Amino acid sequence: MASSLVPSTSFFHTKKDLSLSAFSSPSSQRCHKHASKRITCSVAAPQQTQRQPSSTGSVKTAMTMTEKIMAKASEKGHVTPGDNIWVDVDVLMTHDVCGPGSIGIFKKEFGQDAKVWDREKVVIIPDHYIFTSDERANRNVDILRDFCHEQDIKYFYDIKDLSNFKVNPDYKGVCHIALAQEGHCRPGEVLLGTDSHTCTAGAFGQFATGIGNTDAGFVLGAGKLLLKVPPTLRFVMDGEMPNYLLAKDLILQIIGEISVAGATYKSMEFVGSTVESLNMEERMTLCNMVVEAGGKNGVIPPDSITYKYLEGKTSVPYEPVYSDQQARFLSEYRFDVSKLEPLVAKPHSPDNRALARECKDVKINRVYIGSCTGGKTEDFMAAAKVFLASGKKVKVPTFLVPATQKVWMDVYSLPVPGSGGKTCSQIFEEAGCDTPASPSCGACLGGPKDTYARMNEPQVCVSTTNRNFPGRMGHREGEIYLASPYTAAASALTGYVTDPREFLQ
Amino acid sequence: MAFSSSITTIPQTLNFTSSNKLSLSSSTTSFHLSFPSFQSNSFKTITTTSPHITRAHAPPSPVTTTAASSFHGLCYVVGDNIDTDQIIPAEHLTLVPSNPDEYQKLGSFALIGLPDSYSVRFVESGETKTKYSIIIGGANFGCGSSREHAPVALGASGAAAVVAESYARIFFRNSVATGEVYPLESETRLCEECRTGDVVTVELEENRLINHTTGKEYQLKPIGDAGPVIEAGGIFAYARKTGMIPTR
Ligand code: SF4
Repeated sequence: MASSLVPSTSFFHTKKDLSLSAFSSPSSQRCHKHASKRITCSVAAPQQTQRQPSSTGSVKTAMTMTEKIMAKASEKGHVTPGDNIWVDVDVLMTHDVCGPGSIGIFKKEFGQDAKVWDREKVVIIPDHYIFTSDERANRNVDILRDFCHEQDIKYFYDIKDLSNFKVNPDYKGVCHIALAQEGHCRPGEVLLGTDSHTCTAGAFGQFATGIGNTDAGFVLGAGKLLLKVPPTLRFVMDGEMPNYLLAKDLILQIIGEISVAGATYKSMEFVGSTVESLNMEERMTLCNMVVEAGGKNGVIPPDSITYKYLEGKTSVPYEPVYSDQQARFLSEYRFDVSKLEPLVAKPHSPDNRALARECKDVKINRVYIGSCTGGKTEDFMAAAKVFLASGKKVKVPTFLVPATQKVWMDVYSLPVPGSGGKTCSQIFEEAGCDTPASPSCGACLGGPKDTYARMNEPQVCVSTTNRNFPGRMGHREGEIYLASPYTAAASALTGYVTDPREFLQ
Repeated sequence: MAFSSSITTIPQTLNFTSSNKLSLSSSTTSFHLSFPSFQSNSFKTITTTSPHITRAHAPPSPVTTTAASSFHGLCYVVGDNIDTDQIIPAEHLTLVPSNPDEYQKLGSFALIGLPDSYSVRFVESGETKTKYSIIIGGANFGCGSSREHAPVALGASGAAAVVAESYARIFFRNSVATGEVYPLESETRLCEECRTGDVVTVELEENRLINHTTGKEYQLKPIGDAGPVIEAGGIFAYARKTGMIPTR
């Protein structure tokens, strides 16, 4: 798909696991086809349909991280990709867009008086359509509130006063970031959420994936769900990360390489010295966008950085797991990160990869920094670093939407390294950006017409978000260039898509 | 998606009826797919409006008169990577599908996010239902968000099935779990073979799509893993049947 767009792919190569060659193939749809074909073939050869694969050879017990977490959660000693298993859920997350529907299904199926399976394992986070006068949007948050009171849900991050988010101490903001900041992401556990970016939590070595309302309605009552064990693709990233790259560049590189369907039905495991060097927020960026490659989940082996982040955030004991040495991966991809360059995904697909410098003639109308992908504290720090280095003012409207209340406070309080003690907010103000907005999903997914920074005109936007399909940020004819916070800030300064090296070196 | 490792073909008794779908005004997201065995009149009744469709009910091919479950009507053709923002733009996500009025509304917005290059709209403005009963797509249909509103909007608009080259995982899963549309996979790129407005028949048992306008036939993939769950009537019915949750 998009791989032809990037001239140099010499740093990239695929190592196929020969033992799985029947499954290995450059395109995921193909992989999926093979997977189903294998079984379809057995229809053509009926004498084989009854035979279990394990009866034909030695029993393999080595498992990948994802397989191990799922085996543990289903109380099985061993699972194999393709197995359909009932998995116990450790945390179920839902928000204002999908919560009301899930609750409706739960009540319809389990009864009006039914209780959720565990009031401490359901986490409800209003975040999508908050600061709007849209009545239905406001009503949806009311539905969540009523349900949480009725069910005595322990973790409900409510907002009542929309005029000033700061007077709502419980309110957090974007669910995936709030989940991490509030200690709900723990290694070795299973997290399901009614949002496709639930995969973000894989950064903690957790199995985390998005589900629909009906599945969520089921989990609310039963505490478990039938899931299929995915095969794992492994991405090994080594080399020192240049100072002009961020995790966003790494994942755009990967999606560009394997396409928006390259990991469909699959798990993506990120390892290597580069990954080990990333902080938790950067790891979250990496896992956040696995769904843009079609992936079911992403995982990163937990380490001391993970444990440090979790300190003081959770008192729940957790048990990290790791892929076995002999674990079988569908394929393995290797990257030398030191050779990568800043990237963008051009309209209208996250795999439409190009080098930022190749797009230097693309004139833009606005820049958006926000969302679960690019609206974390480190993302604003990165943008501030570029503004600081340039000392110039932005040439296009630059919208800043911190993901959560905690990020917002960081933007206003943490000193930016090398700035002589200035905060991000001061640097943004000096650069002429819009004042950081109230934390929420904001215009990442367009939303009601009065959503802050929504694209109501067919404009060109450089955005740190995760999707650039037509209409994603509002206007159907709008053009979105997905980029790292460095690239977004650099582009704001010039009014064109800009490689951040222009300011960072 | 995908719920059973014993993937063979579709159970021969699997017939798709849509009785609950078309009387949906009273129901929610309707995962009560009913799949009675050997029911003879199992067309997804696309008798909603258009004269085309009525005409299409007397198709040239004799196979459609068998007892097999099939969908029949006009097709609407889209390309690759039709994401959930195009199926149902986020500004409409405040609609809650379990509310009958809002369900209707969702249907009227189905595929409204397609760019202007699609000159023929899937649901004409002012209408709540589509005249196209079968959507034909390319690769990775339904990618993007996990919103169940996507298959629900398609189902609410009156579409019976999507026939795509491949699906995004969550869309497929949601289609099965809700029973709103039948997510079928084609062996070939039908989106390049069919045109919007062609009269087509999908035969589930034969895994076949017939384009009556061009006179061509195409092979579809068996529904595979999802079969047992759909057969049971969705995830709740499946879980009850297998004793996972108590019967009500
Ligand atoms: S910030 Fe954007 S991608 Fe993330 S959860 Fe909100 S709407 Fe979804």
